[in-house]
Amino acid sequence: MNWNAITAIYRFEMARTFRTLVQSIISPVLSTSLYFIVFGAAIGSRIEQVEGVSYGAFIVPGLIMLTVLTQSIANASFGIYFPKFIGTIYEHLSAPISFYEIVIGYVGAAATKAFLIGMIILATAHFFVDLTIEHPVWMMAFLVLTCISFALLGFILGIWAQNFEQLQLVPMLVVTPLVFLGGSFYSISMLPPVWQTITLFNPVVYLISGFRWAFFGMADVSLGWSVLAILSFMAACLLTIRWIFRSGYRLRS
Amino acid sequence: MATILNVKGVTKTYDGGHEALKGVDLEIEEGEILALLGPNGAGKTTLISIICGIATASSGQITVGGHDHVTQYRAAREMIGLVPQEINLEPFETVMNTVRFSRGLFGRPRNDARIEEILKLLSLHDKKDNRIMTLSGGMKRRVLIAKALCHDPKILFLDEPTAGVDVELRKDMWDIVAKLKETGVTIILTTHYIEEAEAMADRIGVISNGEILLVEDKAALIKRLGQKELLIELDHPIDAIPESLSHHALTIGGVQELVYAYDVQGDSTGITGLLADLRAAGLHLADLSTRQSSLEDIFVDLVKEKTA
Repeated sequence: MNWNAITAIYRFEMARTFRTLVQSIISPVLSTSLYFIVFGAAIGSRIEQVEGVSYGAFIVPGLIMLTVLTQSIANASFGIYFPKFIGTIYEHLSAPISFYEIVIGYVGAAATKAFLIGMIILATAHFFVDLTIEHPVWMMAFLVLTCISFALLGFILGIWAQNFEQLQLVPMLVVTPLVFLGGSFYSISMLPPVWQTITLFNPVVYLISGFRWAFFGMADVSLGWSVLAILSFMAACLLTIRWIFRSGYRLRS
Repeated sequence: MATILNVKGVTKTYDGGHEALKGVDLEIEEGEILALLGPNGAGKTTLISIICGIATASSGQITVGGHDHVTQYRAAREMIGLVPQEINLEPFETVMNTVRFSRGLFGRPRNDARIEEILKLLSLHDKKDNRIMTLSGGMKRRVLIAKALCHDPKILFLDEPTAGVDVELRKDMWDIVAKLKETGVTIILTTHYIEEAEAMADRIGVISNGEILLVEDKAALIKRLGQKELLIELDHPIDAIPESLSHHALTIGGVQELVYAYDVQGDSTGITGLLADLRAAGLHLADLSTRQSSLEDIFVDLVKEKTA
């Protein structure tokens, strides 16, 4: 293991985060607060309770997931895309490092950043609603697994993308709708039966459901399915990355 | 001297079917400066990219310091530093940070003192906290060199180090290369400027159309392939070469000048006979000088020969 290389990539990426503090950390916090104000205060006053939890509190896990998913993807995809874009990728390719070490560096940094933002949002939420977390260890485990898995997905997108438009494409057209329709702001049981079935094909449902269970002990799908879903998603990403590196896809001619 | 880099039968065919390298063999000795000379599209950058791990060879074998560059890539790549042709740098980073990153990437523990030494060698030290986007083109190129040197490689590749660089900076680059040679680094540089190869290299390899046409000691190459010309200045103008001299390879160079081309490798240059005949023809000489063909002439001849 070339630990010096992993550390160098990790530090370099984290330094970028702190250099772009406003964009990296303050803006997700601001947008989350706006969600609280709009959904929690305005709509929440009409819905009041979902299965015994106040609506304001109910949306917290979904909001955290929404931001953590987009942030993990955005950070990891940008992290590896930028060297490709400006051409410094030659250094990664000619350095005595394995591709797995590159992944650990970039995905580790992106996941760390997304995790920190998740924690900041959780803290911000405390200003708006009363929260008790029933299964804090599970909550952490879900959060960490989600950060890593989606940072892996982001890494894949960063390698695949050939311009900035493509870089935005998947997060905007796929991930955001899936998160919004994945029960961030409602319980699946509120939907008509047909839509309940259709929703089960949305992988994000399992993430949010499991994460919400860790908070309130209630879930749309069983915990086992949630854990299985996130682990299989992670495995799929890892396999894709393995294929990318073996074939040199979009990296080595 | 020991061989530090060995390239054997390397070929590269791109997906589109373009054959960029057609079986390249190359041996580099430790501590030398080799210039790879060739026109655009000759395969210089492809060859370097393959050695450094940026591209994969279609076939062939490369060892760096005895390590296979695919199966023992870590050991092989640790020995190599690459200065690419394009100026690819993170614009928002400081010089120090970006060089530090490169050192880490090559597996070396952080050592700012060593980095500062390298920056001093490249006259970059006073810019170490500047952001890269504020630097001039020449300075950026030095940053690239610093990045390539910061893990103390044994071999340094300079891919067209003076492409698009003005005359003064080019001289600067030559000085830097001379300084690096003193530190014992083996240097392989590519260029399409012949004067540059002449100024910097110990040996010169000529590459064209994916093949290495020859690799030879610089002086020997010039000597071996060198056509020489004897310029004969007369004390009065002539308008035709006298009949008695027609069997000599003479041309009229100017109103008062005759040019005699001869081969230094030949058994006899024929100069003695020519001078005797000139005298017999009643021509009086004002001055004599010789001119050696430049690498440019040699290069043009080689490429012509190959394609003919």
